[in-house]
Amino acid sequence: MSVATAAPPAAPPVRTATKRLRWSERISAGVSSAGLNVAVVALTLAWIVPTLGLLINSFRQGGAFNTSGWWTALAPPFNFTLDSYRAVLGASDLAPSFFNSFMITIPATLIPTAIAAFAAYAFAWMKFWGRNWIFLALVGLLAVPLQLTFIPLLTLAVKLGLNSGNTLPGGLNAGFLAVWIAHTGYGLPFAIYLLANFFRVLPTDLFESAEIDGAGPVTVFFRLVLPLSVPALASLIIFQFLWVWNDLLVALIYVGGTPEVAPLTVTLTNLVGSLGQHREYLTAAAFVSMIVPLIVFFTLQRYFVRGILAGSVKG
Amino acid sequence: MDGSLGLIARLPALQVDWGTLVSVNLPTLLFVVLGVPLALVGYILGTDVLVRRLPKRSQPSVRPWVWVGPAILFVGLILVYPMVGTIVRSFFDRHGDKFVGLDNFRLMLTDNGVLIALRNNVYWLVLYTGLVLTFGLLLAFLADRVRYEKTVKTLIFMPMAISFVAMAVIWQFVYYYRPSDVPQTGTLNGILVNIFHGQPITWIQDTRFNNFALILIGVWGATGFAMVILSAALKGIPAELLEAARVDGANELTIFRRVILPLMMPTIVVVGTTMVIFALKAFDVVYVMTAGNYNTDILARRMYAELYSAGNNANASALAVILLLAVVPVLIFNLRQFRAVEERR
Repeated sequence: MSVATAAPPAAPPVRTATKRLRWSERISAGVSSAGLNVAVVALTLAWIVPTLGLLINSFRQGGAFNTSGWWTALAPPFNFTLDSYRAVLGASDLAPSFFNSFMITIPATLIPTAIAAFAAYAFAWMKFWGRNWIFLALVGLLAVPLQLTFIPLLTLAVKLGLNSGNTLPGGLNAGFLAVWIAHTGYGLPFAIYLLANFFRVLPTDLFESAEIDGAGPVTVFFRLVLPLSVPALASLIIFQFLWVWNDLLVALIYVGGTPEVAPLTVTLTNLVGSLGQHREYLTAAAFVSMIVPLIVFFTLQRYFVRGILAGSVKG
Repeated sequence: MDGSLGLIARLPALQVDWGTLVSVNLPTLLFVVLGVPLALVGYILGTDVLVRRLPKRSQPSVRPWVWVGPAILFVGLILVYPMVGTIVRSFFDRHGDKFVGLDNFRLMLTDNGVLIALRNNVYWLVLYTGLVLTFGLLLAFLADRVRYEKTVKTLIFMPMAISFVAMAVIWQFVYYYRPSDVPQTGTLNGILVNIFHGQPITWIQDTRFNNFALILIGVWGATGFAMVILSAALKGIPAELLEAARVDGANELTIFRRVILPLMMPTIVVVGTTMVIFALKAFDVVYVMTAGNYNTDILARRMYAELYSAGNNANASALAVILLLAVVPVLIFNLRQFRAVEERR
C-alpha cells in the first residue's frame, strides 16, 4: 500500500541525511517488528489454544483427559485414537440431530433470503407509498430482542397446531415448520438491510436500457439483479446458515427438547448436562457439531467477509 | 462440568434408527430443498401474471406490494405482532385476564435474582463491548503490519463459525478445576499451577471471577467479527494521509490517536452498537455454562426460566419489556445514524 507511492528523487546532500536516518530507523524498525511479530503470534495463539485443547482431548484415549491436561498428550507416547468419534457417530442422538440441523437450516436459509431479495428489490428500485418509513422500521427491528416475541408466538403456534408433537400432511413434523417461520421472521430485517444496500448501488443505466428493451421487473430481477448480486447473496446465505445452524435459543423455544426435531445444538447441550461417565463423547460431539459450519466458513470465507462489509463500511 | 442444567440428562447410548431416518426424513428433506425455492419463484411469477392483467395505469402502484408483501407479512407476524402482545401481557396477571398495572415490574425489579441479572447485564454491556472493540482494533492494527495477516485473521475469525454451545464445551476445558493435590486438566489452572505455582481457582463457581470468565468466552467469539470490519475500515484510510503525518514528524501513537481513530470512528460506532445489542441479548453462554447459577444470571436467561421452569408469562413479559427498554436508546441511535448516512448519499 505504502510502497506504491512514488518518491521524487531527492538532492544529493539530503539523500545522505535520509540514508543515515533510514539506517537508524531500520534498527528500531527491526526491534519493533520483532515485538510486533511476538505480539501478533501470542494473541493468535491465545485465540486458538482453547480450540486446540479440545481437539487434542477429542483424540485421546477414553477418560485420559479426566486425569491429565491435554498438553501432556503432546509428549510421547502418542496415544491418539478415534474412539470418541466412533462412539459419538455410531450410537447417540447425534446422527439424527445432525440430520435435523440440515432440515432446519436449509429452508430457514432459503426462505428468508428469497423473500428478502424480493423486498430489497422493491425497496431499491420501485416507488411506493411509505417506502422509506417501512424500510426504516425494518432497520429499527434489527435491535429488538428475540425474547420479546416468544410468548405470543408460542401461544399462536400451539393454537395453530405447529408444535413439535404434531405431524403435518406429508410426514413433516410441525415443529420444523414453526422453526422455519420463526427464523424467517427473525432473519428478514438484517437480510433486507444487507441486500437493499447492495441493490441500491447497482448501475442505474443497466436497468433503464433493460426497460427500454421491454424487460419486465421479473426479467430484470432474475436476469440482472440476482446475477449481479452474487457476492451479497452468497454472504447473506452463509450468514443466515451459520446463524441458524448455531442457534440454540430459537430451537429450544419452538422445538424444545423433542429428540425427533432437536438440532445438534440442543442435543449437544443435553450432552453437556449429562456428563456423567461419558464425558469423553462430549469432546468429539462438539467437533462433530462444528464440522459443517467450519467447512462452510473456510470454503466461503471470502464472500462472508465481503458481505458483512457491504452493510457496515461505506466505500 | 457443573451438571446444573435443568435439562433431562440423556446419555449417548440410544441406537440410531437409520431405517426411519433414511425412509422418512430423507425424502422430506429433498422435497423441502426442491419445493421451497420452487414455491418462492412460483409466487413471484404467478403474482406477476396477475398484476399484468390489471389496467396498465394501476400496475405500478400494485406491483411493489407484491414484492415487499411477503416480507411485511413475516416481519409483522414474527416480530411486530408478538412485540405488541408481550408489552400488553406485561401489564396483566400470569393468566392474562386481570389488569395489574405495574405489579409485574415491581415484583421483578425487587427480586434479588433479577437485580443480580441486571448488574451482570451491565457487566456484559461494558466489558464485552469494550473488550471486543479493544481486541478487534488491536488485532486489525497489528495484523495489518505482518505478512501472514490472512492466516492470523482466519484463525481469530474462526470462532464465528462455532455455536455458543460448542464454545461452552471448549471453554469448560479451559476453566476446569481440580483440587490442588491432583494434576490440573483445565488449561488456565494448568498454567496457574504449573508455571506460576499458584493455587487452582474455581473459575466458574467463584463469584469474584465467574462473570468475567463467561464474558471472556463471548469476547473470544465476537472479536473476529469486529476485527474484520475494523480492518477493512483501517485499510480504507488513504496511505498518503498517514505518510503526510509521518513526514510531519508525528510518531505512530500520535498518528493512531489523531488520524486513524477519528477516521475510523463511524465504523467503530457501528461495531460498538452491534456489540451492545449482542450483550443485551446474550443468552447461550450463560445458559450452557452455569444455567444462571453462582450469581452469573442475565436477563435473557432469567426470562427463559420464568417462561419454562416457572411457567409465568406475566413475569417473563415484564422482563422482556425491561430488555426492550434497554435496547430503545440503541435503536434510536441506530436509526439516527442510518438517516445521517442516507442523507449523505
